[in-house]
Amino acid sequence: MLTKINFMIIALVSAVASSVLAAEQAGPEIADFTLANGLELVVIPDHRAPVVTHMIWYKVGAADETPGKSGLAHFLEHLMFKGTAKNPAGKFSQVVARIGGQENAFTSQDYTGYYQRVPSEQLKTVMEFEADRMTGLQLTDEVVLPERNVILEEQNQRVGNNPRARLAEQIDAALYLNHPYGKPVIGWRHEMEELSRNDAIGFYRRFYAPNNAVVVIAGDVDPAQARALAEESYGKVPRHGAMGPRVRAQEPPPVAVRSLTLADARVEMPTLQREYLVPSFATGKRGESEALEVLAHILGNGSNSRLYRALAIEKQVAVVAEAWYDSSALDLSKFGIYGSPRPGITLLQLEAEIDAVVALLIDKGVTADELDRAKTRLIADAVYAQDNQASMARWYGTALTTGGSVNDVRHWPDRIRAVTADQVRDAARQWLDKRRSATGYLIKDVSPQVEKRS
Amino acid sequence: MTRLVASIFCGVVALIGCAGTTSAMTIEKIVSPSGIEAWLVREKAVPLVTLNYAFHGGAAQDEADKAGTANLAADLLDEGAGDLDSKAYHERLENHAIELGFQVGRDYIHGSLRALTEHRDEAFDLLRLALSSPRFDADAIERVRGQQLAALQRDSTNPNDLSSRRWWQTAFPDHPYGRESKGTLETVPRITADDLRAYVRRVFARNELKVAIVGDVDAKTAGALIDRAFGGLPAKNDLKPVADATPSGIGRRIVINVDVPQAVVTFGGQGIARQDPDFMAAYIVNHILGGGSFSSRLYREVREKRGLAYGVSDSLVWFRSAAVVLGGTATRADRTADALAVIEHEIKRMADEGPTPDELAAAKSFLKGSYALTLDTSGKIAVQLTQIQIDNLGIDYIQRRGALIDAVTIEDAKRVARRLYGGGMLVTVAGRPKGLTSSETTE
Repeated sequence: MLTKINFMIIALVSAVASSVLAAEQAGPEIADFTLANGLELVVIPDHRAPVVTHMIWYKVGAADETPGKSGLAHFLEHLMFKGTAKNPAGKFSQVVARIGGQENAFTSQDYTGYYQRVPSEQLKTVMEFEADRMTGLQLTDEVVLPERNVILEEQNQRVGNNPRARLAEQIDAALYLNHPYGKPVIGWRHEMEELSRNDAIGFYRRFYAPNNAVVVIAGDVDPAQARALAEESYGKVPRHGAMGPRVRAQEPPPVAVRSLTLADARVEMPTLQREYLVPSFATGKRGESEALEVLAHILGNGSNSRLYRALAIEKQVAVVAEAWYDSSALDLSKFGIYGSPRPGITLLQLEAEIDAVVALLIDKGVTADELDRAKTRLIADAVYAQDNQASMARWYGTALTTGGSVNDVRHWPDRIRAVTADQVRDAARQWLDKRRSATGYLIKDVSPQVEKRS
Repeated sequence: MTRLVASIFCGVVALIGCAGTTSAMTIEKIVSPSGIEAWLVREKAVPLVTLNYAFHGGAAQDEADKAGTANLAADLLDEGAGDLDSKAYHERLENHAIELGFQVGRDYIHGSLRALTEHRDEAFDLLRLALSSPRFDADAIERVRGQQLAALQRDSTNPNDLSSRRWWQTAFPDHPYGRESKGTLETVPRITADDLRAYVRRVFARNELKVAIVGDVDAKTAGALIDRAFGGLPAKNDLKPVADATPSGIGRRIVINVDVPQAVVTFGGQGIARQDPDFMAAYIVNHILGGGSFSSRLYREVREKRGLAYGVSDSLVWFRSAAVVLGGTATRADRTADALAVIEHEIKRMADEGPTPDELAAAKSFLKGSYALTLDTSGKIAVQLTQIQIDNLGIDYIQRRGALIDAVTIEDAKRVARRLYGGGMLVTVAGRPKGLTSSETTE
């Protein structure tokens, strides 16, 4: 099971071009309804190919774990493939394979998702299996313990073997002082090693229920048919009586510029990574998240972005310079800047140049051309996404589990269209304040190495 | 929403699923006014056009001491062309959200284009400039070269890169397939602007060009667009021959010492050519042993039962002049020997006994059913149609594929399993594996 640690929504924005407007308006007729037991269902018809993408998104992620149990949401995601009373371990996967389907699952801080892509006439089959494992999971130590080794190997593969991923974990931990987003989704190893069958079952019983989930179906299906199939399968799962609101410990106002250094003998390319604590779509005021989206694009997406032009082309101090923003988080999110210096340039010199680019943008704002190009690009992405049923399903699923609605997604292009140059500059001024940030330096460890690994 | 073309086209052109339950997708073979053949799928649901194409002549054309030439050229194609410098060229792309991509393989350089329908003329004009008059300005070359060298430097301690690179070097010594497309820290600095220009001049030609186009365009418009981008290229390419080769080093096990918590294992041996009559049987047998799904033997034995790794798989890889079967896993140092023993046991068991009839039936069912999932976006369709042309399988291949799979018998599967897995493997391991018997060790 793949674990999508940073499942960033594709930025989807609005259009000026006429055909784009037409495409948005014509777009698929999306149905959105809720069953009596509280399960929300979103259907995105696309009849071009006889296949369907069926996803279930639970509104629970790593940020909902009890302190001391980091990695539990993701561990449970793996264990969800271990069978139920009705369908023993492996049967669901065997059936998906036999019908020529693909399946996988992913976990983020805010959601856990499972999906199958199958021939459209098999939709009923996968819905029945998925409804069965919503409450029917059965676990024994015989399957739990080897799987715990699997997630430890996954941690090695994703983080242990990768110095940049190790640094990113440390930056998150420094950025979030109080909110659980500071813990890695995969978990801290010493806590992962202790996760048990009881931990997994307890978490499962607490969070897995129809009234804490969204089913998204995209592809060759019509909404009435999907609804009937959902009533027959998911509709029979009882509502969870005690599903509380999603409340996590919140961040205090940030006051200190933070920086940290990770030295690793394997580092051959030093890098600087910075994250700022910023609003997500869910927490921001109207237009704030959209302005940050446009800002990230202008500042650091592509060869004509501010950072790349200034650092890689004009001053020639960097080989890479980028910026990004993740709008999809239930609580405060992150705006990131990333760069690697040219040989002979120090990380501090690189950082000074990055700061100068940000300061200039805060001081002078962005040009009308830059604003137009960023919007055009983001708007086109919304149209390009319509070519891919799986992308559409992910886009809606992400929004609906991080505080957004179907209408929020549909009207996002309009909101991006409305972003002004002043809003972009204001967003930079307000949020790209170093006191809101943690900066990590990845450097080569040149101290003598002792062979110590087990 | 329009279904991908109705069945009224049946019999006129190749049709997917005409007799089956799947919906129809029509592939038209078109010839542009200048004589370039292309495959077209008309798709009206989304207002965009997607192009995929390939020129024969990839990294295998690089001189050994200048490995990385094709790759560097590809990275520079959108860094200025014609009268447009890098900045102006990128602005033209961005003004209309046009996406161009170039990717170098060993035998081919692949390209892709995506644009909104209303900007297609501009998109194909920009592609023409990139292919016919790339500037290769000195400042752009040095900037992009610097990025590539930084990435090579970074990867020089990455266990995945170390293991893979050593596998290919050992399997194909003194052959272009033994070299990485991206070159090395020694070869990339030697590449000159003249080398880049020579590569483009020798490879970008009309004679071995494969093109697939998907979008809201008719045959006439598609032909005009294709000529707009490719019509002015030379008629004939000028390629160096690449010798046929088989992987060497079979039976060797090489450990590359690098201090990481998890050892990365690469294993592989002689594969099977795409045109070999046994290819489909091999494809099925490989799926059963270590294909991508959660039900392969390797996945079950290494991951599910023993928790030795997060991922383990193998696949068939084929080129014009060689073919291999290649797999990998990553596992903690004190269990690497166990994981490798399990993998070797499963390979031997497959060679000796072949798959069971149940496994064969399940694999056939998966491989037939899942094909539609590789054809559900414009981009995926364009990629598939280009590859089918490269592999010379015919415009009706998508229609014939199910029968080709069904025709594989259990006897075929057993015979081909022995052929594919009976010859042994070359294994490379990057990390500090404990207790692993190594035929040799290098730093």
